[in-house]
Amino acid sequence: MQYIFDGTYNGFLCCVFEYFEYKDSNVQLQVEGDDATQTFLFDSDKSIITDLVKAKRVQTGLQKHLGKSIAMDFFRVFLSEDRKAWAASFNIICQIFSGKTNILGNYGSEEVLYFKQTLKKVSRERHRMKAFIRFSRSSDGMFFAVIEPDFNVLPLITTFFKNRYADQKWLIYDVKRKYGLLYDKENVMEVKLSPEEKHALTTDTVITLDEKDEHFQNLWKRYYQSTNIEARRNMKLHLQYVPKRYWKYLVEKQV
Amino acid sequence: MERIEEKLKILADAAKYDVSCSSSGSKRKNTGRIGDASASGICHTYTEDGRCVSLLKILLTNHCIYDCAFCVSRRSNDVKRAAFTVEEVVELTMNFYRRNYIEGLFLSSGIFKNADFTMERLMRIVKKLRLEEKYNGYIHLKTIPGASEELIKEAGLYVDRMSINLEMPTEVGLKMVAPEKDHESVKKPLAFVQNQIQEYKAESKLIKHTPQFVPAGQSTQMVIGATPETDLEIMNVAKTFYNDFKLKRVYYSGYIPINTENSLLPQVGSRPPLVRENRLYQTDWLLRFYDFNLDEILNPKHQQLDLDIDPKLSWALRNPQYFPIDINTADYKQIIRIPGVGRQSAMKIIQSRKFGRLSEYQVKKMGIAFNRARHFMRCADTPIILGTPSMEYVKQTILQRNSTKYLTTVSDTQLSLF
Repeated sequence: MQYIFDGTYNGFLCCVFEYFEYKDSNVQLQVEGDDATQTFLFDSDKSIITDLVKAKRVQTGLQKHLGKSIAMDFFRVFLSEDRKAWAASFNIICQIFSGKTNILGNYGSEEVLYFKQTLKKVSRERHRMKAFIRFSRSSDGMFFAVIEPDFNVLPLITTFFKNRYADQKWLIYDVKRKYGLLYDKENVMEVKLSPEEKHALTTDTVITLDEKDEHFQNLWKRYYQSTNIEARRNMKLHLQYVPKRYWKYLVEKQV
Repeated sequence: MERIEEKLKILADAAKYDVSCSSSGSKRKNTGRIGDASASGICHTYTEDGRCVSLLKILLTNHCIYDCAFCVSRRSNDVKRAAFTVEEVVELTMNFYRRNYIEGLFLSSGIFKNADFTMERLMRIVKKLRLEEKYNGYIHLKTIPGASEELIKEAGLYVDRMSINLEMPTEVGLKMVAPEKDHESVKKPLAFVQNQIQEYKAESKLIKHTPQFVPAGQSTQMVIGATPETDLEIMNVAKTFYNDFKLKRVYYSGYIPINTENSLLPQVGSRPPLVRENRLYQTDWLLRFYDFNLDEILNPKHQQLDLDIDPKLSWALRNPQYFPIDINTADYKQIIRIPGVGRQSAMKIIQSRKFGRLSEYQVKKMGIAFNRARHFMRCADTPIILGTPSMEYVKQTILQRNSTKYLTTVSDTQLSLF
């Protein structure tokens, strides 16, 4: 039986609710709009309607069984956008609610291992975004950054940037997922940009940079070069730490 | 080149031989303005030598009254000299920090005039950052040996970490290359700061709002391969310093030849001892996190670490009587002694075996180095072999299958001859 849901985390939690309400067997998750949905549509498939009340109940249940921070892991894994990890999460949650609360310690199980590995990947990407985000300062004092992370980690870094840069306005925009976070020195809000605004952000042509921004970018590049020890050159290690896909947005990697 | 750019080039270049870059261990909070310290530390980028860039690591000046042979800023060395103003350092730090380039500032300096004069100038930068810019990010400050206790004490209230470098692992080695220096002038301030840290900690148990004093603790660095100390001597010194001064880290820095005049030092152009440096760090980790005693790894009979295999494997090969270890029954402390099994994998094994006895295919996937580990552990489905294989055979088998960093390093050296 396929559950077709809207691809949101709340929708995902509602699938769990549905499973325990109807005890369907052999449940597979599908996202509305995913390619496979059309080809394998059967009469028995269910369209799951996202209901915030139900989602909340499942989340609260998870917190009760696992504690707040481990319950969060399911949200983190969900942000991987990896369908196989979602399937593993679904099965694990179902087992937890069936009484196997300590199942997450079973690294011998393929599903748990995959869940944990995905969790680690997401955490690594979250950490990388804390490190690799580079702000530019526009002439009106806004610090903005463009990112293209492997996973949808913006929700996981909000608090970090809010705490750290409390006295400056900032905007971090995920071009891959087409949304950003804007901080106005008080609150963080999600923003979607119009195509023109997006263009402005990614091309540097429309937003006027602060007159000193280029100066500091150059100084940073200079520092980056000077702090390297040529006699210890180790590009393999370098690429392992700073994979090429991140270079596009790293000031020090621009020639 | 603009003047500030040139200064940055000179003073970053002079500071880069200090390997410490960690920004961890502090929990300084943002009080509404700018910056905080991330307890786990963040590496914002990596240089092409694979080292982390976490802090803006610069010297205030590379003018120095000392003439230490191993140091690029030594008095007799013919290099361009420069000095930042207090304002320049503050401006660089704040602008880099606000753009998320760095986690904070690592500030050191050549000694000009005298220790107090230098320390006082460093203090002015630190205070301006904290008090005027309301900056709460990470600051690592070099303690200037010989500076007055009042100055050091005051500095401790504003910075996250302090460090003084031992430079050479032994006093004898140090005297060879830096006759004007001695280990005592390093130990004294390390001990003083350690005492202060403890006093503030004791006080904070009684009084609620005790100020933080060097919350990320102290560290030191030793240069490896410039002078002829053995690995045993080096690690003995490290152990003593960890014990006596409760250091957070001891750094080992493979000497990079930069002196053409001193015949005692390795010649310019010879390769820095990177593999040896790596082995020392591995030993350091075994002592701090794997519950090893130093004499198990290094002792008078075995004074140097093997370069072709890691120290845990080396220990295991010399002590076959402890193996194989059954991962389904052994306790955590035994499991972390299996070569190729780290602390995280050991935790996974302990947790997972509650669900049933673990087989090889399961532990393989948990992230252990199976090529090494398989000779030293027993899983549920490991066939029973009569007699024990010779450890020499085990070593050869491991080395044959293990063509990673050890072999590439060797071929690198050979290729560079042509």
